[in-house]
Amino acid sequence: MTQYPEAPEPLSSFDTEPDVNLWELRLYVAGRTAKSVAALENLKKICEEHLPGRYEIEVVDLLVHPQLAKGDQIVAIPTLVRKLPQPIRKVIGDLSNTDRTLVGLQLRPVKT
Amino acid sequence: MSVVIKNGSLVSHVLAKTPTGIEGLDEITGGGLPRGRPTLICGAAGCGKTLFAIEFLVRGAMKFDEPGVFMSFEETSDELAQNVASLGFDLDELERQRKLILDHVHIEPSEIEETGEYDLEGIFIRLGHAIDTIGAKRVVLDTIETLFGGFKNGAVLRAELRRLFRWLKDRGVTAVITGERGEGTLTRQGIEEYVSDCVILLDHRVNEQLSTRRLRIVKYRGAAHGTNEYPFLIEPTGISVLPITSMGLNHVASDERISTGIPELDAMLGGKGIYRGSTVLLSGSAGTGKTSLCATLADASCARGERALYLAFEEAESQLARNMRSIGLDLGNWTRQGLLRVCATRPTEFGLESHLTVIHRQVAEFRPKLVVVDPITNFLKAGRQIEAEAMLMRLVDYLKAEEITGVFTSLTHGGNFLEQTEVGISSLIDVWMMLRDIELGGERNRGMYVLKSRGMAHSNQIREFLLTDHGIKLKNVYVGQEGVLTGSMRLAQESREQAAAVTRQQEVERRRRELERKRHVLEAQMAMQRAQFDAEAEELALLLKQEEDANESVDSDRQDMAQSCKVDGTSEYVPPTPRSKGSKGERA
Repeated sequence: MTQYPEAPEPLSSFDTEPDVNLWELRLYVAGRTAKSVAALENLKKICEEHLPGRYEIEVVDLLVHPQLAKGDQIVAIPTLVRKLPQPIRKVIGDLSNTDRTLVGLQLRPVKT
Repeated sequence: MSVVIKNGSLVSHVLAKTPTGIEGLDEITGGGLPRGRPTLICGAAGCGKTLFAIEFLVRGAMKFDEPGVFMSFEETSDELAQNVASLGFDLDELERQRKLILDHVHIEPSEIEETGEYDLEGIFIRLGHAIDTIGAKRVVLDTIETLFGGFKNGAVLRAELRRLFRWLKDRGVTAVITGERGEGTLTRQGIEEYVSDCVILLDHRVNEQLSTRRLRIVKYRGAAHGTNEYPFLIEPTGISVLPITSMGLNHVASDERISTGIPELDAMLGGKGIYRGSTVLLSGSAGTGKTSLCATLADASCARGERALYLAFEEAESQLARNMRSIGLDLGNWTRQGLLRVCATRPTEFGLESHLTVIHRQVAEFRPKLVVVDPITNFLKAGRQIEAEAMLMRLVDYLKAEEITGVFTSLTHGGNFLEQTEVGISSLIDVWMMLRDIELGGERNRGMYVLKSRGMAHSNQIREFLLTDHGIKLKNVYVGQEGVLTGSMRLAQESREQAAAVTRQQEVERRRRELERKRHVLEAQMAMQRAQFDAEAEELALLLKQEEDANESVDSDRQDMAQSCKVDGTSEYVPPTPRSKGSKGERA
């Protein structure tokens, strides 16, 4: 997946070697609403816990880049898209339900 | 509701409307869909919702310069473009011209996990972005209910849909939202609750294997609209709605008379033919010459330079042309000149309403002055009697409103009461001609009469008509003791009359000759009698002469004797007195 030039810099990235296990996550939000803020915070927490050093989060604000919504078929806000590893998974909502988020990201097996 | 302020005063409260550009729909909605408001189009699967919606956008972009956004929840952009390409809609080109944006919203429930609160802002953003990109005035959401299959939280969805429709209104775009019809509700998820301004229901009904698409405006807030069910067609050029039931009896009747193409028939119809714009019904059983008469009427129209539309439901165009050549009508020639259009379809090809729509479209396109429907009876095969009559009434009204002469044929079944089968439509008909077989003397012959003809004196005679190489000819009527004589009986009667005339002529001649002969005889007799008389007279004269001669000779004899005898010396010669006096004296 190519980076959109307009897209903001990843908020959190680690200077690690390219890794087959690198998780590329993209969070679509629409402005700084309570739900998006909560979603980003919850996502960071989960990643730190389950994917330390192996993840990359890109936050796309659709109010700024509305044209990006079409590419990943974004309907609900917020939506977390797991770009890598394949296949694409989507988790919608503020990610407050950690269990469901883990299921959605297929991180369950990693946890156990 | 839009309020127009003019010169500082309130002028009207008229709801602004956005023309759809869909043929006929703008007529029944009084101008189109409510401008700046969402309209719900609902119906069962396959009834034409998507096509309806896309035509709304395409017409808007092409005819009214209103760019549109099509948000599809079911078909991809490519699929859509392919589906409507057959209708001549080039979506790709419109997209290139920035008049249309297709956005396919795809939701794959299997790859989505719901974790807490969310909203559907993504749709708003995508829609808003698309609208802003091309300055769209029209938006289509097809079929937004699909979202209910993609998300588990129905409450959120409903709230979001309500917000979406509100948002669309605020954006001022004219939106069309399609919805799948549900059990007992207009849409499966009841979204008609959120779209309250205009609801159009599409229906695809199949009746005895024939399908008819119909459209009904369920609701149109703030505007008068036709409430009937209107048939519509999906045609090669898009959707065509027929506002036929809105017709009334307010057409203008023409005083102009047009010829039927048969002088004798014109003579039967008050001497001038039929009124322009009137409706003519030719009814009769099989093989009575209905089609030939129709073709003659069409031919006459073309000969006047007026276009004629021939809707054939029994014969193909080439067959009709071939058959009519046999009676001296060259229909192919008129077709080539663009004066005649033959439109041949099977009555069972589609439903009644569709037939009507096709006729309507053909008439609107070809602008004929005369329309032949041959035969109308076949419509009964495409629907129930009452429906066929209703359809016919609409057709008659439509033709009359356009001042087009309508010629219908009707196939009646055998029997004496042919009229009864058509009671239902007779009231619509201005000129009704019956063609019937006359069975007489072991033959069937064609006869016709004018059953009724509104507004003119017409002949009450039953006329025999012949299909000749030079068209239809009406023969003179021979009424004998058995009724009207036709065919060889008519011919026999004709020859009998000729024979009788000859006989009479001969009799006169004979009498004349007889008299002449008698005169000759008489003259001969007279001549003979005169000759006799002359002969007798001659004889008498001869006798007298002889007598005289005889007397003379007697006297001379006596003198001779006296001289010779010298009986009386003193006696002298006494000359004989004529006629015996002398002799008497002699004797004395």
